[in-house]
Amino acid sequence: MIHFNKFTLGNGLRVIVHEDHTTPMAVLNVLYDVGARDEDPARTGFAHLFEHLMFGGSVNIPDYDEPLQMAGGENNAFTTNDLTNYYIQLPAENIETAFWLESDRMLSLAFDEKSLDVQRKVVSEEFKEHYINKPYGDVWHKMRELAYSSHPYRWMTIGKELSHIETASLEDVKAFFFKYYRPVNAILVVGGKVTTAQVKVLAEKWFGDIPSGEKYQRQLPQEPAQTAAHKLEVKAKVPLDALYKCYHIYKREDPRYYAADLLSDILGGGSSSRLHQVLVKEKKLFSNIECYHFGSLDAGLLAIEGKLVKGVKMKDAEKAIQEELSKLQQTVIPERELQKVKNRVESLLAFEDMSLLNRANNLAFYELMGDAALMNTEFTHYEVVTTADIHREANIIFDEKNSNTIYYYADNQI
Amino acid sequence: MNRTIAPAIKDAVEFDVTLKPYEKFTLDNGIPVYVIKSDEQDTLQLEFIFPAGSWYEQESQVAAATNFLIKNGSTKHNALEINESIEYFGAYLNRNSYHENATYTLHCLTRHTEDLLPLLQEVIQDPAFSADELATYQQNMKQRLAVNLQKCDFVANRYIDKYLFGEFHPYGRVSTMMAYDALQPESLRAFYQRHYSYNNCRIFVAGHLPENMIALLNKYFGSTQWNGETTLLRPELPIQTADEKKHRIFNDENGVQGAVRVARHFPNRYHPDFPKMMVLNTILGGYFGSRLMSNIREEKGYTYGIHSQLYNFRQTGALNIQTEAGRDVCEATIEEIYKELQNLQNEPVPEEELSLVRNYMIGSILGDLDGAFQVIQRWKSLILNDLDENYFNNNIRIIKTITAEELQQLAKQYFTPSDFYELVVI
Repeated sequence: MIHFNKFTLGNGLRVIVHEDHTTPMAVLNVLYDVGARDEDPARTGFAHLFEHLMFGGSVNIPDYDEPLQMAGGENNAFTTNDLTNYYIQLPAENIETAFWLESDRMLSLAFDEKSLDVQRKVVSEEFKEHYINKPYGDVWHKMRELAYSSHPYRWMTIGKELSHIETASLEDVKAFFFKYYRPVNAILVVGGKVTTAQVKVLAEKWFGDIPSGEKYQRQLPQEPAQTAAHKLEVKAKVPLDALYKCYHIYKREDPRYYAADLLSDILGGGSSSRLHQVLVKEKKLFSNIECYHFGSLDAGLLAIEGKLVKGVKMKDAEKAIQEELSKLQQTVIPERELQKVKNRVESLLAFEDMSLLNRANNLAFYELMGDAALMNTEFTHYEVVTTADIHREANIIFDEKNSNTIYYYADNQI
Repeated sequence: MNRTIAPAIKDAVEFDVTLKPYEKFTLDNGIPVYVIKSDEQDTLQLEFIFPAGSWYEQESQVAAATNFLIKNGSTKHNALEINESIEYFGAYLNRNSYHENATYTLHCLTRHTEDLLPLLQEVIQDPAFSADELATYQQNMKQRLAVNLQKCDFVANRYIDKYLFGEFHPYGRVSTMMAYDALQPESLRAFYQRHYSYNNCRIFVAGHLPENMIALLNKYFGSTQWNGETTLLRPELPIQTADEKKHRIFNDENGVQGAVRVARHFPNRYHPDFPKMMVLNTILGGYFGSRLMSNIREEKGYTYGIHSQLYNFRQTGALNIQTEAGRDVCEATIEEIYKELQNLQNEPVPEEELSLVRNYMIGSILGDLDGAFQVIQRWKSLILNDLDENYFNNNIRIIKTITAEELQQLAKQYFTPSDFYELVVI
């Protein structure tokens, strides 16, 4: 049970306090309700580039990192397709430094041309390092375009192409900031060795006078149900053939999400999972195979990916995966197997909650979903899933018409 | 309110950083058990450590393969049965092998401990090393290696270790297709027999322990001389460094980035310069505000990240600066690295920067010591290296008191560019 208190400032900033007096540390976490899904299709990668610019100085504080490090603090941030999250961890005595820094960059950035210029280059190198200069690095770009026709999950957080990042202007940056980075679109979580009374005073003092901004009304094109299988063949300079299959699943808030999550664990969670056991260990068709899902807020994808053992034919590998999926469609799984994946979720959640930083991140995430209190009831949604639910979802999700397949061939000519 | 003025802070030197003491128990057969308790959560971490790292192997990859395959089937149950039993309780059993030691680590909810210990006993004390499991392992590791060999950073790590330590030394030896092909069940079994014996085992436990934890450990790990008593000799292995210092390698003609490494030897953690270098290394490239990050990422935009790292291997350490930079700016990156090394030789670190780094390091250690799992981690690294809390306390003292003059002296001794190996892999 994670305890917390919640209040809202006059400008609409939601504040959550999670007291934990067993630690000498404090965490300050700010989540902004904007991610890559909110980008203009012609300017992708912007939410993430923007995250970099948040470290380039704010209106009253020329350097963000230095004063924080001086206070014994560390910080980082991440951007996903759904949201952007910033966090600071520091000795609790110095918590006000975190309030000072975070509030000033919510008030306004410095909007420095030089910072934009450098971060465009840094993000270009990040793009190259992770998606161009790695074998199979382009596959998720291709998969998203194959699987999504309308929803902005069509592109990755890093952006569709380098040119979008390279042409971002300071005007774009300003417009983005004042549209999304407003108190009314943010959630502040403060955790650790703090009191709610103390946080109330500090939040009011530092964040209270920031203009509220306009609530962003998200209106994204939703993905229509897929009506025919999508397939793509790729040839590239990689050493092994690989197979990728993705199936549309549900929104994060949909009750059926939990069965889909457990289904991915039945197939790919741990060494006793079905795909690893049958395809790697028994049939020796793949040298590794994984199954997981993207955990996105809008309807996401359940992915199966594996590298083929040299000499194995693509169609044999695909047929073997299909056989495992068919088993789940035809036969109800044993109760013990369902209990196993539920037990895995239970301990995963318990281990996640051990870290103060994770607790603060998660409280912000569940508040974004509607209510931080959902964090404490999350496991009950898994507990009620039945073997019949799994059976039904296997039949819906693993419908051939709902599938997207990439055949990634090693090009022996190169 | 004036937002340009920073709130007052408490300085790091005022923080009292102490390592919470462990409890020590001894099982009936003599196995030491080190414990850090914390009952706030219902989770447990239980780690078994053996001197079974690559230092001791006669043939390449035997230590890692042995460590991996211990979990893949006992004489009573196959790999699937074992994994299914462990995973049924929502537990995670991870294994790792390093230069010196090899580990088996269980993470579970406290209430499942009693059900899991007999399984763990079977895994650790009775592995089968079947030929079929080994064959699958060989094939899959070779495939993984083939993919990794296309990555410039992976290839660069292999070469730089080879230049520093020599390809026959465990610190410089790398995996090869040939080494995987040569693995035999018999050699794994022999390695297991010699290294995974009761008298070489140490146990570290952290978190919420069941009331009867020590009794349980005694029942499954303390009542017999499992796997017999073995005496290990730790051979002294000579380092063979490369003569040529500058290397450029083309791994992929079309690569858009190069992996840059600039590295030199450095004494091991027992040398008095080691804790001082931890501070200097932080200034150079050990945190986001470091000299290298500020210049090469935040000023020039040559890379997504650049870091310098101090290796704390037992026999000898090393200092390694690493980054992936745009193909066209790799040489410029190396030039800037040397400039930063020389700046630290020529100019004392300004007091304000030094004070910032002290505070950053102390704050970061304070954060790292938050929770029983983290505390046992610190103790483990002390105990396995025959050190105690005095070493930890001395390091804290050095962070708090080292002077700019001492750091400059250290830079003069260790930061001369011609002492470094340099490598670019595109």
